[in-house]
Amino acid sequence: MSDPITITLNGKKGHVAANTSILSLLEKRDIRPGSVVVEVNLNIIPRDAYGLRMVAEGDTVEILRFVGGG
Amino acid sequence: MNKHDSLIIGGQEIRSRLITGSGKYRDESVIPEVLAAAECDIITVALRRVDFERDAENILKHVPAGKILLPNTSGARTADEAVRIARLARAMGCGNWIKIEVINDQKYLLPDNEHTSRATDILAREGFIVLPYMNPDLPSARRMVAAGAAAVMPLGAPIGSNRGLQSLDMIEILIEEIKVPVIVDAGIGRPSHAARAMEIGAAAVLLNTAIATADDPVRMAEAFKWAVRAGRAAYLAGMPGESRHAHPSSPLTGFLSGE
Repeated sequence: MSDPITITLNGKKGHVAANTSILSLLEKRDIRPGSVVVEVNLNIIPRDAYGLRMVAEGDTVEILRFVGGG
Repeated sequence: MNKHDSLIIGGQEIRSRLITGSGKYRDESVIPEVLAAAECDIITVALRRVDFERDAENILKHVPAGKILLPNTSGARTADEAVRIARLARAMGCGNWIKIEVINDQKYLLPDNEHTSRATDILAREGFIVLPYMNPDLPSARRMVAAGAAAVMPLGAPIGSNRGLQSLDMIEILIEEIKVPVIVDAGIGRPSHAARAMEIGAAAVLLNTAIATADDPVRMAEAFKWAVRAGRAAYLAGMPGESRHAHPSSPLTGFLSGE
């Protein structure tokens, strides 16, 4: 097992295991992939790539969803 | 309303001229009932970070199938931020409508027309159906239409202020001069405000606070539905002009005057 990496997730710095996919980031937080949109370093990640896309050291990840608004 | 009085936005026929927001509800589970009472086809939403600490409900759960989702770019302070939010919103897979909202004034939440116009240009080229929220200014509105706006959405008064159509004269100018639908967005606090907007020829109204924060949002939604329909019917009927003096409604040639 390699050392954990540091990423910024929704504005907060934290550690995750190396070779963590977007999909496992979501699953760990009980988030249904179809209910969110994910951006890594300002690039939108297509939903069908969540399982393939690994986060890397220093990545800035945003997990967003629709909320009430006017 | 007769079936020829249709509202077309981005090539789509919209039956209801009342557009509602989904923010500020004490209980979001009332939204389906509100939409049913308002008979509204389009509902706005916002895009935000998922809060991992709080198990916030997914707003889409409360939006019945068949409604048009109109995500806004609230939070954007520049054209680039609005474009980023719009692209993210489209990646949610709920259509390509976008309400552009670029605000860098926190006291009055007035939209920045220049940035809004720039974002409109970029997003319309990318195939979005773009509805810019704007200050009611004719040259800006013309720029937005030239940039590809499917409708323009001038404010009646600042967001959430419930102050009605403070910008009435300027909105009337837009209605007269702008060929895409003019939708009055923000400031509408009462059904009478909505009726007034429709009487002067607005294509539709967009409101959130007035319904969401009413004691009984469902009943208020119904009140707005009737107000919008009444105002629209009055506009189509052609309202007579005003005058300072009386004009009798009954014939004056009475038998008592002995003429």
